[in-house]
Amino acid sequence: MAKKLMKGCEAIAEAAIRAGCKFFFGYPITPQNDIPEHMAARLPQIGGCFLQAESEVAAINMVYGAAGAGARVMTSSSSCGISLKMEGITFIAGAELPCVIVNMMRGGPGLGSIQASQGDYFQATKGGGHGDYHMIVLAPASVQEASDIMQRAFDLADIYRTPVMLLADGIIGQMMEPVEFHEQESKRELPEKLWATTGWTPDSCRKRAVVNSLYITNEELDTLNQRLQSRYREIQKNEVTVEEYNTENAEFILCAYGTIARICKSAITLLAGEGVKAGLIRPITLWPFPSDTVKKAAEQESVKALLTVEISSGQMLEDVRLAVNGRKETAFLGRPGSYLPSAEEIAQTVLRMRRMHS
Amino acid sequence: MTKVFQKTKLLTDEVMHYCPGCTHGIVHRLVAEAIDELGVQGKTVGVVPVGCAVFAYKYFNIDTQEAAHGRAPAVATGIKRVHPDNVVFTYQGDGDLASIGTAEIVQAAHRGEKITAIFVNNAIYGMTGGQMAPTTLVGQKTTTSPYGRDKDHCGSPIRMSEMLATIEGSAYIERVALNNNANIMKAKRAIKKAFETQIAKKGFSMIEVLSTCPTNWGKSPVEAMEWLEENMIPYYPLGVKKEV
Repeated sequence: MAKKLMKGCEAIAEAAIRAGCKFFFGYPITPQNDIPEHMAARLPQIGGCFLQAESEVAAINMVYGAAGAGARVMTSSSSCGISLKMEGITFIAGAELPCVIVNMMRGGPGLGSIQASQGDYFQATKGGGHGDYHMIVLAPASVQEASDIMQRAFDLADIYRTPVMLLADGIIGQMMEPVEFHEQESKRELPEKLWATTGWTPDSCRKRAVVNSLYITNEELDTLNQRLQSRYREIQKNEVTVEEYNTENAEFILCAYGTIARICKSAITLLAGEGVKAGLIRPITLWPFPSDTVKKAAEQESVKALLTVEISSGQMLEDVRLAVNGRKETAFLGRPGSYLPSAEEIAQTVLRMRRMHS
Repeated sequence: MTKVFQKTKLLTDEVMHYCPGCTHGIVHRLVAEAIDELGVQGKTVGVVPVGCAVFAYKYFNIDTQEAAHGRAPAVATGIKRVHPDNVVFTYQGDGDLASIGTAEIVQAAHRGEKITAIFVNNAIYGMTGGQMAPTTLVGQKTTTSPYGRDKDHCGSPIRMSEMLATIEGSAYIERVALNNNANIMKAKRAIKKAFETQIAKKGFSMIEVLSTCPTNWGKSPVEAMEWLEENMIPYYPLGVKKEV
């Protein structure tokens, strides 16, 4: 198929449809409106259903119902709207339902701004809603990658019976880039949804389905939580994805995800011009976080320090620090909401760090 | 010996957790019998609430989903949109439907969502220990209105059936009560009719069931029935509020 110039949001919506998503429930909020708009146009054409909910709260609960009924289903929103969905997301995690949630991050806290931000990293990777749960969090850095990742997002949701979040700064959603939709045949074996509420009689060849996150006795709740935690360990073992760029024998390691990771690559080119070897670790799964990759890279003798760059006040920084565990200096560059450090600013920061280490 | 009556198979043998004299058991039976008589067990999915009926998934012998507090109509919407030929109902109390979930119930009616809401109105929060509900009567004492509900302070009780009857998407709305056998029979007919309305794809349907809560009202089951008749029915008049 030929390449097509598309907005990130449109590409994500189209890729979701090609990955088999037939149901979408959402509520308007900038900067992600092109996702529901694309779904509203396309889903009726393929026998699916787009429904504009009365609120983000209702939308995520419609997702719960549809996922519980066995459908491939998705919702999308942006920061403030994702906060509203958090109740539903923890219920989905507790009821072990698969679904995909897109967060096109805008500035915060509060109403914030409609400019790009990475301020929701904590919310996405550390839970967000109440209780001991995780979502798988995927962070694309281009329109092509955002579209490629959708099949994986839905497959992971089905395999692990968990909500999967695509977490992107608003730039990924709003910019236009060439995108090519690859044949998206799922290569992974997907479990049958025998737990889905589709209608049951005593003659059915499955047990009566109850979709539920209430486990009233200590024993029952403990069993659920042990099951979830063991699943999370399996995800951490099997599903970490990360791009390493130029990290071997690097003097400085940059850590960044999403749009700012691309700017880091430009900074690495500028630094090479100054005779400084810098590399980049770009987590594609933010949860599970590629701690081993960061640890191994940091342990190289050549590495003087790590610099985490974010469009926030330093959130992923904490995961980098946990992985490095004091072995090397872990500096930070970034500003919350809307301001993106330039390649020059990143390169200057590394050069300053180099002077301090020489 | 001829068996003339037996419990519907649409209820499981699980022992119910409801208090003595509580009317939830009656409502469960009426809903289960209606599904049984319509022959739609294999197509029916129930959405149960947060509140006294939070364990209803143990009692209805059908596929069920447990919703977050107030969100049952949104969850039911998700199910119904995926399987439009399923019969989908919500079972909600007055805290769930008339307080925290007002947006979801109003908008489900507004969309003409082809689901049925069974709305159990006992004028109080039961599960949490007898707090004031939007349906609590003026002057009624609860743990959060210890001096009696004061309408200047927190408004007058809300009449959900009348309100939802004004919405274009509502196809069948009726209020019934469980205070005597005749009314229980009427309640059964109303519930069945609501399901028939859904199966005929006419739109949204809701049956409001005036019920008792002897435990939190501080009354015996018999006194509670009398209190319902003398106090609730005059404020919440019975009957069909909307039929298309």
